Amino acid sequence: MNSKITDYIIEKIIFLCGIIAIVFVVLIFGFLLKEGFAFFKEYGVFNFIFGKYWYPSSNPASYGVFSLIIGSLLVTLGAAIIAVPFGIMTALFIAELAPKGIRDILKSIVELMAAIPSVVLGFVGMVTLVPLVRSVLDIPTGLTAFSGSIVLGFMAMPTIVSISEDAIRSVPWQYKEGAFALGATKWQTIRRVVLKAAMPGIIAAVMLGIGRVIGETMAVLMVTGNAAAIPSSIFDPVRTLTATIAAEMGETVRGGLHYRALFGIGLVLFTITFLINFIADLFLNKKR
Amino acid sequence: MSFKLSPKLSQQIAYTLLVISTIIVIVPVLTVIVIIIKNGWSALSWEFLTTMPKDGMRAGGILPAILGTLAIVSCAICITLPVGVCAAIYLNEYAKDNLLTRIIKLAIVNLAGVPSVVYGLFGLGIFVMLLGFGVSILAGALTLSIMELPVIITTARGALSSVPYSFREASWSLGVSKWQTIRRVVLPNALPGIMTGAILSISRISGETAPILFTAAAFYVPHLPKSMFDQVMALPYHLYIISTQIPNMPKNIIFGTALVLLLMVLSMSLIAIVARLYFRKIRKW
Amino acid sequence: MVDKIKVENLSCFYSGKQVLKDLSLTVEKNEILSIIGPSNSGKTSFLRTLNRMNDMNVNFSRKGDIFLDNDNIFDMNPEKLRTRIGMLFAMPIPLPMSIYDNIAYAPKVLGLKNKKNMDEVVEQSLRDASLWDEVKDRLDSSAIKMSGGQQQRLCIARILAIEPEVILFDEPCSGLDPISTAKVEEAMLKLREKYTIVLVTNNVKQASRVGTRTAFFLMGELIEIDKTRNMFLTPKNKLTEDYITGRFG
Repeated sequence: MNSKITDYIIEKIIFLCGIIAIVFVVLIFGFLLKEGFAFFKEYGVFNFIFGKYWYPSSNPASYGVFSLIIGSLLVTLGAAIIAVPFGIMTALFIAELAPKGIRDILKSIVELMAAIPSVVLGFVGMVTLVPLVRSVLDIPTGLTAFSGSIVLGFMAMPTIVSISEDAIRSVPWQYKEGAFALGATKWQTIRRVVLKAAMPGIIAAVMLGIGRVIGETMAVLMVTGNAAAIPSSIFDPVRTLTATIAAEMGETVRGGLHYRALFGIGLVLFTITFLINFIADLFLNKKR
Repeated sequence: MSFKLSPKLSQQIAYTLLVISTIIVIVPVLTVIVIIIKNGWSALSWEFLTTMPKDGMRAGGILPAILGTLAIVSCAICITLPVGVCAAIYLNEYAKDNLLTRIIKLAIVNLAGVPSVVYGLFGLGIFVMLLGFGVSILAGALTLSIMELPVIITTARGALSSVPYSFREASWSLGVSKWQTIRRVVLPNALPGIMTGAILSISRISGETAPILFTAAAFYVPHLPKSMFDQVMALPYHLYIISTQIPNMPKNIIFGTALVLLLMVLSMSLIAIVARLYFRKIRKW
Repeated sequence: MVDKIKVENLSCFYSGKQVLKDLSLTVEKNEILSIIGPSNSGKTSFLRTLNRMNDMNVNFSRKGDIFLDNDNIFDMNPEKLRTRIGMLFAMPIPLPMSIYDNIAYAPKVLGLKNKKNMDEVVEQSLRDASLWDEVKDRLDSSAIKMSGGQQQRLCIARILAIEPEVILFDEPCSGLDPISTAKVEEAMLKLREKYTIVLVTNNVKQASRVGTRTAFFLMGELIEIDKTRNMFLTPKNKLTEDYITGRFG
């Protein structure tokens, strides 16, 4: 009977942990909502989102994140343009063409790529890519949205490659066999049958990659120049939403308006990434 | 007459493009690793790993940063692994399949994609301020564990649900209770998956900077941490500081620091990758 | 004849959809009751209700009662019940451990036997399932590597090790070749001396070979139940006759 009691206790502990995990999920939502909304109420959502000027230390301070949103979008767009085509093509190569041994090696490298800390990539980007961009393009500084896009495109790659590869590999072989039977070449089959069948998964992969890029902090902080102004081109310095939080949180007065403005940015980021992940999840489930 | 490539030729071109793109993706990874090893190798020494920084961090070692990261990460994983695995067991094995459970599962999956800097904000608000832990190992570890919880839960659930349902039924049909079935049949078979997931999590949180930026990490602490409520130096944050905030920093020390961090993180990932391949090979079902 | 199991007005539902309709029957002690019927006729649902495996399905609900030796099974501890009513599934499900551990698993967890007796339990169970001679030299090897027929007999041995009173067979030969099927049937007939058996089968011939009595299910209803010989020679219901002569199903 003693073991019955231990069983009972262990099951209760498991339930408790489940509840703790759930409580924290709710807590994160609730906390960001509370802090963010307190700020919105005081400053106004419209002024916050569409305000052009982020001058937290001038008097009176202004907290318009429009330029930061543009900065994030620009860097993200650039990263996507780099990462999406190369990512999908690499996924195709790994899934459809590479022999088994090479496939395992490539997949391991892609996974290692995902493991490199963003601060390390930011540093390497800063000392190699940034001077290169500056001298090749002959612009005053290499700390630009363009450099950020390259580093971030690289960081989105593992997500896009591995999830697309899963999607491509899970296309039933009967589909391919049907196409072969009709005399299609392997490439025609890949292009017309495999890519089409794997599309929901590939879309999800792209969205998750983009989600990662939007949320990326340290690398962009180190290579984009952090100028809180609306850029005129991709070769201007920009400042992103994430970098703003990371750079300024240390200097704010705890509980002050600036402090809460940063929580407002946090809420915006949370909402964007949560939505992106949610939609990606829908695509992933559609695949099955 | 319109110009049209023969199927054979277009296949040739397409394949070449795929190979080139794979090379373009792979080469930078290797380049980054090579650059860091080449420039950082000269700084690596026993002294570098085991002494305190000197001359405003421009000389000496990085011991406090290494120890700080070890302290934060080991605390974090000790919190998040048991809670996460138990939560995964609850969600996968016990929770009724109703709307609430589905919402919770969905929320957990999607929380894994929330930016780490947002978790940093949360940790600052809850652990540093509200609960009054201050900027400390404890606050940083709790922040990282909350951040990693969704990932651990998701990988552990994956490992649990990869154990065939029929094993559970066979066990139940012999009069074995639900928990005993989990303990003796489900968990032993899910363990490799859970452990590789855990190692990858350790690797990931070791390299995270944004969540500890305002919850645990200090610019410079002249002594080693004495309690859970101390601020500490941490390797990723230290790298950020010396590469951006300190002028005239000797390059080889920065690269050396990056190399130590990279070795820590990549070796763990490599262990996880190899372990996973191994367990997949010997898996019995 | 003594009634081992008595089913009274049993109705079962999955997510509100009725799969068994007001079913009443008895299973006599030491008989083999074969249940035949086309797929989706509720045979397996019935079987899984007898040892309350359906409790594990949250969408399941039922009305009516089942008695085992005059005790209502729905008042019993389901785990205790399952040690009295063992179940063999359609596909053999060896657990991913050695042959020995597969047999010893349940007795060990349930605390039935001490270590010394365990060897005897394993040997006796394997002998009763007609498997001992084939595996006695490799008890430590993985059960997953056995052939399908051996795996199914291992699963029988595993049930015997917990010494149940009733054994439920859920289409136990559906994945097996004729020779393996014959071996499982042989084991079943031997088991009849000690146990009460309920056999669900898609194979009408199998029912005629091993069944003491046979019940015919159709669309969740019990159409007919009788001595196997009577049922196959002079079925009372036209539907039964059509089914066993192969006109539908």
